[in-house]
Amino acid sequence: MAAQNPSTPPSSELPTVPFTQEGTELAKDTPAAPSRETTPPPLPPRPKIYGLLGDRPPTSGGLRVPSSAKRPGLQSKATTALSLGELHAQTNRDGSPASCQTRARGRSRSGSEVDDSASIRSFAPTMQADGDIESLLGEVLGDSEIQTWKIMGPQFPGGQSQGASIFGNGPEFEEAFEHEFDELTELETDGSNEELVVKQWKAKLKHFLVLSSAGKPIYSRHGDDRLISNYIGIIQTIISFYQGANDSLKGFTAGNVRFAILSKGPLNLVAISKLDESDQQLRVQLESLYMQILSTLTLPSLERMFKARASTDLRRPLQGTEILLSALADGFTRGSPSTLLSALECLKLRKSHRQVINNTLLKTRSPNLLYGLIVASGKLVSVVRPKKHSLHPGDLHLIFNMLFEAGSVKAGGGENWIPLCLPGFNNTGYLYMYVSFLNVNNTSEQVRERPSTSSGEDEVAILLISANKDGFFELKKMRDELVEQLDKNGSLAFMTAAIKRGRPSCTDIIPGTTLRHFLYKSRGNVQFTMPSFDPYFSTPIARRRLLTLYTHLHTHLHTRPTHLKIHHTTSGNCLTLAWTTPLFDLYAVAPGTTSRAALAQAANRVVQWVRREEERVFIIGGAVF
Amino acid sequence: MASRVQQGGRPGGSRFSQFKLVLLGESAVGKSSLVLRFVKDQFDDYRESTIGAAFLTQTIALDETTTVKFEIWDTAGQERYKSLAPMYYRNANCAVVVYDISQASSLDKAKAWVKELQRQANENIIIALAGNKLDLVTENPDKRAIPTADAEQYAKEAGLLFFETSAKTSENVKELFTAIAKKLPLDQGGPRNIRSGPRQGVDLRPEASSTVGASGCNC
Repeated sequence: MAAQNPSTPPSSELPTVPFTQEGTELAKDTPAAPSRETTPPPLPPRPKIYGLLGDRPPTSGGLRVPSSAKRPGLQSKATTALSLGELHAQTNRDGSPASCQTRARGRSRSGSEVDDSASIRSFAPTMQADGDIESLLGEVLGDSEIQTWKIMGPQFPGGQSQGASIFGNGPEFEEAFEHEFDELTELETDGSNEELVVKQWKAKLKHFLVLSSAGKPIYSRHGDDRLISNYIGIIQTIISFYQGANDSLKGFTAGNVRFAILSKGPLNLVAISKLDESDQQLRVQLESLYMQILSTLTLPSLERMFKARASTDLRRPLQGTEILLSALADGFTRGSPSTLLSALECLKLRKSHRQVINNTLLKTRSPNLLYGLIVASGKLVSVVRPKKHSLHPGDLHLIFNMLFEAGSVKAGGGENWIPLCLPGFNNTGYLYMYVSFLNVNNTSEQVRERPSTSSGEDEVAILLISANKDGFFELKKMRDELVEQLDKNGSLAFMTAAIKRGRPSCTDIIPGTTLRHFLYKSRGNVQFTMPSFDPYFSTPIARRRLLTLYTHLHTHLHTRPTHLKIHHTTSGNCLTLAWTTPLFDLYAVAPGTTSRAALAQAANRVVQWVRREEERVFIIGGAVF
Repeated sequence: MASRVQQGGRPGGSRFSQFKLVLLGESAVGKSSLVLRFVKDQFDDYRESTIGAAFLTQTIALDETTTVKFEIWDTAGQERYKSLAPMYYRNANCAVVVYDISQASSLDKAKAWVKELQRQANENIIIALAGNKLDLVTENPDKRAIPTADAEQYAKEAGLLFFETSAKTSENVKELFTAIAKKLPLDQGGPRNIRSGPRQGVDLRPEASSTVGASGCNC
């Protein structure tokens, strides 16, 4: 039915999941691929070679860093035309045959929905994990487990048990976090205040550095060149020492600080964290920064620059994108469930309402459209996509970061036309993205006119992506039609209401529960849902602590050799649960006074709730053409 | 992105014309700030770099019967976006080339843009040169790196409109756009100017289409 986009290669495969699982692992550095410039396939198929995890960080004490060895190595590899077999290989961390089981179970369900959701559901049932519930109480881990874990990651000084360090981090942490995002004092030209500035710099809980393999600084979250050049020199020396021995360095600990290093061709990316994150988690963050750089430059042009001159200063070509890198970095420092889980959050919407929006997108779709997205304050409302292309969560994260965190696009107040490379989709070329923000609080008349810059929460963004660089007016026309239709059929009002409603609270979901917060990731849909941060985690520091807690749980769940299904932690003031099945990952937090049984029961209730609301909290399939 | 000039009479004898305008210049000279001042009468002290290009419109009334609508492409100044610039200026009726009067190198860059426009864009394109950040110099005359007379001389030789502007204080911003509007061929009403033929494909030739010439000439 749809006109083929010229850039889409023929493919007989029909993956029906809207998003591809993000590779949360980093493959061992693959030898530099031959330049793709001579024969750039518009959309190369996903490589079949899976990168296996490489060297372990020295401090891992022989414990193997994360699982999912069967995943394709890099996000920078194309994820298009994903076959089902591969998808399942990816979503099963241990490569167990659970995928078959999943599929078989799924088929028995009656999928009867109008659009793509039928086929989706058959492959990605969120639920069906009843069998695991029994073991929920049976696999509680003791303190010995925590001890085991301790040697894998950095600790805050004092070495209290994990639970205590989460909510019990002293005033120093609070103080440091409060000033985490402050600018450093300007270094005087005579260096007279250097001591002060260095002190501020060292007090930061988190640093991100990007340098070229020749040792040139490319990006630093904190501190200008003069301040950091010494440190860049040191880190470069350390990295190249190991590279010289063909044993590239992945990470190390110094005091209470963890260093994680990601080497990507001509770039070295370094994360320096005091936030108790695992190497795996830090490297996912570095991977995201790397994707942002690719998104600006594309891989071939990055490689070309460094091939021509190893001492290339990449800051110039990246000029103006520091804000995007910093917005990503600060998101990680504040704590990002989306990055932790490598999944997306959707706006909770009635299924029939989303259906109307999907149909409107399909109806107004213009011929050169590749992807169309409606996004409300970082949550996906709807997506229209070609059947053979799913969207990569890492790519969407970059887009959301650009639009909702960095703010420069929105501040401009107009419509935007942005060339960008979506490295998860195809890291060799650019796509063009039309962006328009609607202020849905305005009357329909004004919605059609230019949106005004205003508070971000109630804004809806229409993103239309095309491979045609001259497609602006075509997509603008589509946008105008789309908004008019959405307004006419009431969808804008539904969206506004959903945005206003926000996330439900835990007690909305389970009346009377003591549960404070949870994260539920549907592994098949590569999406997650969570309740409101209010009232317990309204402040940034409370949120950071919650995310630290989740970070620990995530580490427990996804770090070998423990390979857990269920994990409980108890401390004086909180009780946590992490639970993974082939279908979902669930992380839940309750106050320490809660009984374990009550938490387990709450977890089951959450799972039931998601099952009931599945097609509201997740986008199943989306609009496909 | 073909020319979208629309002109024509309205009931009551009023005239309405629509023109495509592109802003070019080095990064951080204040292109977006000028546009924001012109379109919304706002100013941000800390403005992040434009990503890609922004499309805005603003309508001004030249007199009681004449309104001009600008369709404005505010482009990003970074080097990496340079290859995309032809897409924005290709069918432009007018261009504002901006430099920062406190940065000597930015005028060189502006001159390069003017040269490119004169060579590649619509031959009747009206170009205005804008030396922005006048407020900096008003506060502290030492900050001026480009004497007004020099830039004015250059503008005269190159046949450009010339203003020194401040997006911050709004000095000369409206004047700049009004002067451009006055130079545009407002009197050329008639159907031949309404929307050039079907736009399709990518035409990278310097002279993209004859319709542009038709609408843009005879001031």
